[in-house]
Amino acid sequence: MQLGIVCGSLVASRKDDRLEGITLLVIQPIQPDGKATGKALIATDSMGAGPGERVFWVKSKEASNPFAPLEVPTDATIIGIVDLVNVEA
Amino acid sequence: MLIGRVIGNIVATKKDLKLDGEKLLLIQPLELSGAAKGAPIIAIDRMGAGPRERVLYTQDGRTAQQILGRGTAGVDAAVLGVIDEIDFGTTAHG
Repeated sequence: MQLGIVCGSLVASRKDDRLEGITLLVIQPIQPDGKATGKALIATDSMGAGPGERVFWVKSKEASNPFAPLEVPTDATIIGIVDLVNVEA
Repeated sequence: MLIGRVIGNIVATKKDLKLDGEKLLLIQPLELSGAAKGAPIIAIDRMGAGPRERVLYTQDGRTAQQILGRGTAGVDAAVLGVIDEIDFGTTAHG
């Protein structure tokens, strides 16, 4: 899983039926200190995250699993909203 | 499997139900030489790894789901062990 910050959303009226009703958000991957790392991407949201919220997300095949038993065709999904990041090193 | 160093943890009250009660560690991926490699990732931990400890972990979804043991879940990284020592770069002839 990786940290990210919600920085936008995306609307697509014409899309795969299995994406119907699922929120698509733009997330910027971040380091624990909040600095951006890598490129922003589009992710499905299973948590009801909002703009500016820090989230953690899962990628690849497992991105579909939070929607089970639905088989949502996605390769990145927000699975949690971060309250606190503790860095101890 | 990969190695990394525990640099902290995250707290998330609102998360996928399958992750309920799971400890979520921040892990800095390391090369075998010990140098940091890439951005920190988040992994579930059932091994009780603590800050600054070196761990063996997986970023394979299937393996991480086996560790979680809750069937199909949105998890792609898990700690498999806490490293005592790595012996690497030596040959049979020393």
